Amino acid sequence: MDIDLSAPHSMGTTIIGVTYNGGVVLGADSRTSTGMYVANRASDKITQLTDNVYICRSGSAADSQVISDYVRYFLHQHTIQLGQPATVKVAANLVRLLSYQNKNMLQMGVIVGGWDKYEGGQIYSVPLGGTILKQPFAIGGSGSTYLYGFFDQAWKEGMSKDEAEKLVVKAVSLAIARDGASGGVVRTVTINADGVTKNFYTGDSLPLWHEELEPHNSLLDILLASSSPEPMST
Amino acid sequence: MSMILSSTGFAQSMTKTDPFLFPPFAAAAPASAKDRALGANKSGPIKIFKHDPTRFDVTSCGSGQVRIVPGSTRSITRPFSVSIAAWSSSVRIGQLNYRVGSNSSIQDLIRLTYLQKRATVEKLMARFAADAPTRGGFSFDLCQRNEMLLKKGNQLPTFRKTGTTIVGLVFEDGVILGADTRATEGPIVADKNCEKIHYMAPNIYCCGAGTAADTEAVTDMVSSQLQLHRYATGRESRVITALTLLKSHLFSYQGYVSAALVLGGVDITGPHLHTVYPHGSTDTLPFATMGSGSLAAMAVFESKFREGLTRDEGIKLVSEAICSGIFNDLGSGSNVDVCVITRGQTEYLRNHQLPNPRTYVSSRGYNFLKGHTEVLSTKITPLKSKVEAAAEVDAMEE
Repeated sequence: MDIDLSAPHSMGTTIIGVTYNGGVVLGADSRTSTGMYVANRASDKITQLTDNVYICRSGSAADSQVISDYVRYFLHQHTIQLGQPATVKVAANLVRLLSYQNKNMLQMGVIVGGWDKYEGGQIYSVPLGGTILKQPFAIGGSGSTYLYGFFDQAWKEGMSKDEAEKLVVKAVSLAIARDGASGGVVRTVTINADGVTKNFYTGDSLPLWHEELEPHNSLLDILLASSSPEPMST
Repeated sequence: MSMILSSTGFAQSMTKTDPFLFPPFAAAAPASAKDRALGANKSGPIKIFKHDPTRFDVTSCGSGQVRIVPGSTRSITRPFSVSIAAWSSSVRIGQLNYRVGSNSSIQDLIRLTYLQKRATVEKLMARFAADAPTRGGFSFDLCQRNEMLLKKGNQLPTFRKTGTTIVGLVFEDGVILGADTRATEGPIVADKNCEKIHYMAPNIYCCGAGTAADTEAVTDMVSSQLQLHRYATGRESRVITALTLLKSHLFSYQGYVSAALVLGGVDITGPHLHTVYPHGSTDTLPFATMGSGSLAAMAVFESKFREGLTRDEGIKLVSEAICSGIFNDLGSGSNVDVCVITRGQTEYLRNHQLPNPRTYVSSRGYNFLKGHTEVLSTKITPLKSKVEAAAEVDAMEE
C-alpha cells in the first residue's frame, strides 16, 4: 500500500464552537494525518491567541499554524497599544483579513471563540475563502458534515456550562465514529469571565455508538457453537 | 527569409527598410513587398529587403539553388543550409524577416548570415533584459511548468533522499534522538554510513529525513542563525527558537524544501521534542518518528514507550526502533546512531550499534600483484621546477 508520507500535513478534523449562557465551549478531535497515515494522534487543535481568545484550526496544518502565529503576534501588539484585553471581534477579524488576502495560497477553515467584557461569549467562523460569520454555534472540518442534522435538533439557546460541554463532547465523538479523518481524543476549552478551563476526554471515556458495540447473533456465534468447528476441509 | 544560393548569378534586388540592417545594404531602392520575381535576373551586391513577416520563402532560379521555407529541411549544401536554418529561425523569433538575393560568393553569404543572426540575437536579448525585473528569492515560475510536464508523463529527475528512519523520545532526564545511516539515490545506496543527526546548538540536535541536501542546508543555516542569536543575547539557545526558525523557512518554500526533521534538545525550560514537516507544520510530542521507516519505528514505540524511562532503557528503546526501521524498511539500513541530550551534557554515540557487519571478507585478503596492470605510458614531471617558477612571480603591490 502506498502511504505518501510527504503529503502535506492536513487535519481532516472535527471542530466545534458553542456559546452558552456566560461564555463559550470550543471542542476538537486530535488526529493529524499525512495522506493515510496518522502523523499525530494527540495533537492540540485549539490554539491560544490571547488569554481570552482561542482558535480551533482545521485544514492544512502548516497554514493554520502560521496564521495563528501571526495573529497572536498582532494581537499581542494590539493589546499593548490598547491597554486592555483584545476583543474576540478584533481577533476574528485579524484572522479573516489574513485568510482573505491570501486566499489563493491558504487552505484552512477556523473557528475563533472567546469571551470579552463587552459582548460576552462569542463564536466567529472563518471558513475557506475568508468569510467571517458570527454565529451562536459553529462546526467545521471534515467531520462536521455528519453533525449538521445533529445540531439542528440538539442545539438550544441559553444552555448551562455543563450542558454545553456535554453537547460538544457528544458531537465530536459522533463525528469521530463516522469520519475516518477524525479520531484520537476529544479536547475542550471553556472560556468565560472566570478564565479558561481545558479538558481532555480519552477514547475509552467517550460514549459508544451502535456500530462499535459487540456483534450479537452473528453467524460466527452459530458456527462456533455447533460441533463442527471447521466447515471447510482441505 | 529567402535566400538564393545561385551559381548562375541570379539575384533579387530588394531594399531594406529596417534600421537594423547593415550599412552596406542601406542604399537599395525600395521595392514592392511582394516582389519575389522568380527568375528575375538582377546582379549586384547582397541586398536585403523587408518581406511579409508571416512567411519567408525562397525564390529559386536556376540550378544549384537552395529552396528554403519556414521550417523546411530541404537543402542542397549542408553547411550552408545549417547556417541558413539557424538564421531563419532566429529571424523568425525576432519577427524580422528578410529576403536576400545575391550573386555573391557563399563565403559572403555565410558571413552575412552570421552577422545578421548575431545582431538579431543581441536585439532580442536587449528587449528581454528590459522586460524581466530583477528579483530575489525563490522563483516559483517554473513550478507550474514542472507540474504540467509531470501530468504529460515526464519523470522528474531523482535526487538523493535519505530514505530514513529517525526517532526521538523524551526520557526522565532529557531527550534521546536516534537515526539509521543509509543514504539512497533511488535504488542505490549512496552512503553506507552517513550522519543524519545534525548539530544545531550544544544542547540541541536535529535528525533529518527527506532530501539529503535540503536537510543539511536547512539545519546548517538554522545552526548559524542560532549561533548569531547566542552572541547577541548571551544565552543558551532554546529549542523553540530553532523550531520557529525552521518552520518559517520551510513554510516560505511551500514544501519544496523537502526536509522532515525531528528536533530535540534540553534548555532552561526543560526537555523538548518536536517534529517539523516539509510544509512547515510542527508537532510537539513525547516520542516521534519520521522518514520512510517511521511506521516500523512507531510500531515499536507505541508498544513499548512509557513516561519516565531511564537513560539505558531509553537508549535501548531507541535502538530497537531504529533497528526495526533498518530491517523492515528498504530505504533504511546500516548502523544505528544515538544522541543523548541532558541538562548540561550531550553524548553523541556515533555507530552505537552495527547490526549489519560485512559478512564476507576474503580470508586471503586483497593483494594486487605487480604486473597485473598494464602500464601504457609514463611521464615524469619534476615538481621542483614548478615551485621555483611560482616564487619568481612578483608579490602583489599596493
